[in-house]
Amino acid sequence: MKILTERMDAHRADSHTIERYEATGGYAALRKGMLDIGGEAIAAEVKASNIRGRGGANFPAGVKWGFLAPAKPAYLVINGDESEPGTYKDRQLLERDPHQLLEGVILTSFALGINHAFIYIRGEYPKPARRVQHAVDEAYAKGYVGKNILDTGFDLDITVHLGGGAYICGEESALLNSLEGRRGEPRLKPPFPAVEGLYAQPTIVNNVETISNVPWIINNGGANYAAIGPDTSAGTRMVSLSGHLKKPGNYEIVMGMPWRDLIFDLGGGVPDGRELKAWIPGGSSAPWFVPEEHLDTPVTIDDVGKNGSMLGSGAVIVMDDSTNLVAAAHRIVRFYAHESCGQCTPCREGTTWLERIFNRILSGQGRMSDIDLLLDVSDGISPGLAWPPVMTTICPLGPSATAPVTSLMQYFRHEVEAMINEEVTVG
Amino acid sequence: MAERELVTITVDGVPMQAPAGEVLIKVAEDNGSYIPRFCWHPRMKPAGLCRMCLVEVVGPRGRMLVPSCTTTISDGMVVDTQSDVVKKAQEGVLEYLLINHPLDCPVCDKGGECPLQDHTVAFGPGESRYVEEKRHYEKPIPISELILLDRERCILCARCTRFSEEISGDPLIEFRDRGNAVQVITFPGEPFASYFSGNTVQICPVGALTAAPYRFKARPWDLEAVESVSMVDSVGSKVSVQSTQNTVVRIDGIDNEPTNQGWLSDKDRFIFESIHSEHRLTTPLIKEDGEFREAGWGEALELAAERLAGYPGDAVAGLGGANSTNEEAFAFGKFLRTIVVTPHMDAQLDDGLDPHFLVGVTPRATIPDLEDAKTILLWAGDLKEELPVLYLRVRRAAAELGATLIVIHPRRTGLDDVASHKIRYRPGTGPDILRELVAGEGDYTAVRAALNEGPVVALVGRTSIGEDPRLAEAVAAFVRDLPEGKILPLARRANVMGALDMGLAPTLLPGRVSESTAHDVLEAEWGPLPEGLGRTATSILEGLRDGELKSLIMLGSDPVRDHPEPKLAADGLEAADFVLAFDHFLTDSSTLADVVFPMEGFAEGEGTVTNIEGRVQKVNRLVPGPGQTRPAWSALDDLARRMGGNLGAPSAAALAKEIETVAPTYHGVTWDTLDWGEGREGLVVPVEEGVQHLKYIPVDGGITAVEARFGLHLGRVLYDDGVRTRMSPSLAALTPNARVYLNAADAAELGLAEGATALVEGESGSARLPVGLDNSLGRGTVYVPANLTATRDLGAGVAVTVSPGESS
Repeated sequence: MKILTERMDAHRADSHTIERYEATGGYAALRKGMLDIGGEAIAAEVKASNIRGRGGANFPAGVKWGFLAPAKPAYLVINGDESEPGTYKDRQLLERDPHQLLEGVILTSFALGINHAFIYIRGEYPKPARRVQHAVDEAYAKGYVGKNILDTGFDLDITVHLGGGAYICGEESALLNSLEGRRGEPRLKPPFPAVEGLYAQPTIVNNVETISNVPWIINNGGANYAAIGPDTSAGTRMVSLSGHLKKPGNYEIVMGMPWRDLIFDLGGGVPDGRELKAWIPGGSSAPWFVPEEHLDTPVTIDDVGKNGSMLGSGAVIVMDDSTNLVAAAHRIVRFYAHESCGQCTPCREGTTWLERIFNRILSGQGRMSDIDLLLDVSDGISPGLAWPPVMTTICPLGPSATAPVTSLMQYFRHEVEAMINEEVTVG
Repeated sequence: MAERELVTITVDGVPMQAPAGEVLIKVAEDNGSYIPRFCWHPRMKPAGLCRMCLVEVVGPRGRMLVPSCTTTISDGMVVDTQSDVVKKAQEGVLEYLLINHPLDCPVCDKGGECPLQDHTVAFGPGESRYVEEKRHYEKPIPISELILLDRERCILCARCTRFSEEISGDPLIEFRDRGNAVQVITFPGEPFASYFSGNTVQICPVGALTAAPYRFKARPWDLEAVESVSMVDSVGSKVSVQSTQNTVVRIDGIDNEPTNQGWLSDKDRFIFESIHSEHRLTTPLIKEDGEFREAGWGEALELAAERLAGYPGDAVAGLGGANSTNEEAFAFGKFLRTIVVTPHMDAQLDDGLDPHFLVGVTPRATIPDLEDAKTILLWAGDLKEELPVLYLRVRRAAAELGATLIVIHPRRTGLDDVASHKIRYRPGTGPDILRELVAGEGDYTAVRAALNEGPVVALVGRTSIGEDPRLAEAVAAFVRDLPEGKILPLARRANVMGALDMGLAPTLLPGRVSESTAHDVLEAEWGPLPEGLGRTATSILEGLRDGELKSLIMLGSDPVRDHPEPKLAADGLEAADFVLAFDHFLTDSSTLADVVFPMEGFAEGEGTVTNIEGRVQKVNRLVPGPGQTRPAWSALDDLARRMGGNLGAPSAAALAKEIETVAPTYHGVTWDTLDWGEGREGLVVPVEEGVQHLKYIPVDGGITAVEARFGLHLGRVLYDDGVRTRMSPSLAALTPNARVYLNAADAAELGLAEGATALVEGESGSARLPVGLDNSLGRGTVYVPANLTATRDLGAGVAVTVSPGESS
């Protein structure tokens, strides 16, 4: 079952153009939503669809919309700052089917009484940004965006904004700061964006994939969307498979299959002669899964959560037995240390400290006490090292850096000890 | 503000009551439970980023670790600040902060008064497990003329950056980079040139920001300190004056709720350098053959007494007192009225407002009234330049508390950024603007409508030295009729209100009473008082110039600098037969005196001062005055005796008691009350109660606009060439270059390029100045910064001509 990728798969050359989009049923949902059923019904259908946010937090989108405070102007911000390592699904949606997103943006804005929407795209995505900007221009020219859309009297402007290259700007309040021209630092919550967001006005922030589903939901009805897949993981979902797989790539799946099928059937399994060692089920900030325990766990938001990790942004990173997992953990920690905004003491100092301890271990100067030190420094950022994490920080970036440490120590402590004892070295 | 419902919370088992919505960290502290913190500051919005103040809140969903600085209290909240989780988090934060801290405490100014040190001892882990190399930066780097930044010591609490954005409104210091590389820094090519930069040093929780004037001068444990009141301007900011080895080395702000709320201007903070200037007068001076020679007090007093006694009382006049304490001003007034027996005296130099208006206008606003104002009308000098701490209060009211601010001024002011309405006008046309504003038509409809939203607080004063002072009164007359309209009249000198309250104006007697109503009452106490109309400053100077007056006594007054017509002042002083100056320095005026008495100054004596609201506060003694300096009252008492009278001034304390007795509005204002009692925040002396107290109804119109192609705006700047600024090296370096500013179109019409020399000619003088372009000036407005050496000869008359002037 395909919702989001059907058009791009069928029309590889021009799925991003407005001609192809309209020729394949595009902007029909817009007419239906705006002319036939109206804004309240749009919101009701989305709520009925049970679609959960695809950016990583998996919060039900319809519920989020319900939090929008009444003050005007209100804003819609599309989070296209896809930065979680391993995640590259939004890139494809932006680049290959931007009108699908725009139709969702217009429907959402109409439903919520919003007259200005922003699409924030990560700075490393120049081509997707060009495609989206071109699509916005096309939509303006066709009258889908701008003044008096479809003669309903509804006005909408869409602004495309390119980020400056910071992971933290994928966190919605940091994204809003960045959009306002401020430092990309997460804000204190409350107030939540739905009450006080962009320019201190009520703001809905939704992920690219989430909103790209809205046209289908309006065309086919929320109930039909909800009927796809397991109850609490409704609809299809993009997953980005990467790492040691024969067939890495983006796949649109119906959730509920066991991890075994996702990795070995869809992904083609690890290269011949290798063994699966571990995988990260939902982006680099998620705790790891291991074949001994998790191959039969269903790929659903709730099942992954119950097993101590998260489906997050749908990025699956597979590591086979050629992987030095100490080095892998180090690489992930280094990423978060580099991307910490630097506001909160535990994250700013703690993540870099973790990185440096790993540096030492990897350069042959590790001490056995470093194992406890890694765990204790992690504990200072995320007390108890539980999942979902308890935080000493404003946002979850710091705790994200501790996930690889705890996973490493939980499943592969012997590898760390071996490295400290200089039984293993990294070239 | 509406009263908020009181709720009860429990912190570590102790019940506490506070209004719902207060932040937890403050409620806990107010009730005796101190939660450690670095980034939280009671006068700034919470940032929640140092994470030192984490506590556990026990709720229905279990225990939650939350920052107490961003958590607002609600009824029944249960808080644990001592749990193992909290203690571990606190130890963690401190260990994290210390891994990159240089621990150069032995050479750090902050060592000994450092929150990071203190918290490490109280809440820290005791040792570090960090074996890697620490972060390194060049240290320290100057980020302005006054402030140095040591980024290695910085713990990135963002207090300084938030202060500069949120409180002072000049965000010149910011975070750069991210993660482990975050640093506080200024923008390339832009120094941290804020009038308020010193506050960031005071609130820095480590030694990252240090002030050049204090660096390495003392260790905190060697400092002695007294509470006092800044005498830089009339806001009356509460300060802690600190010394080591009898030398004042630092002034910090004290959080006095109604006035400065902890903040100071850099002028308040660094003016202390002038106290120990090598140019301070340390012995009496007697002029012989045009040259001063040092003399003993006996000789100088004897000479002055002899000379003064040789004139009829009403041939002698007194100027000054506005930079003195109330006790000194009172002694000066009593000396003039009862020993010399002259009615000619003035604390102002015709550069302020009518004295009756200043002390008597009603209904009167206090500074805290700004917090409740719906609308604030500012028609006065540029507060950022003239009364910087009041600027902070108005800025807060407009930017944080939602007041509608209306600024009426000839040019851009520091508050324009937060003003809802700005009206700029050509100097001299103020009366027309007022008429149009009252009518409220056309462009003025919105402003007039805003003024109908009370409470309205109007800050009125002279926008420039040349403006007709009656304009401020006319504005006040208009404001009186606005909904809940209140007026705060503004004058700049530190104790101008106190000096007037002590009777240093020809028509006022001590205690806000008019001469005519209280003459007989005071005569019963003091004996015969001078009869007849006294002269004000300009009339005194004219009288001296024209020979109608023979002698002048100046108490810390510098008319040659400060009078709007410096030439008149110089002519008057030169023509006088005998001039006696009480001063701290040889100023342009005291240089022209025949005898100079060296005075004790700020931090060297005790007394009271009265701020612009009429708030009386205590100033205190910390260090001895240099050399043979004496308090002015003591020299006056001695002088009186030598003139055959008795001033009855054995001590400042005795004078304070006499003020309390004879000055009606000062009943109940005692040193004890101010030092230890209900007057700790200052006592605002009343205006309207009591029959004989002054109540002044401002003039309603009757002034006309000045017609001229160019109207001069002679506006004050914070760092002018005033004597105390010049004698404070750190501040003197900040004095701006003198320029004449024009609208670019005017300059082009006159054929004047930026930087070219222009000749500005006024009614009484002229100046040749480089041209600056300022398009916040309307056509026809000429702005010249006042009281700079290069501009002082210009005079204050509004009508000027501007022409190209060859460079001199």
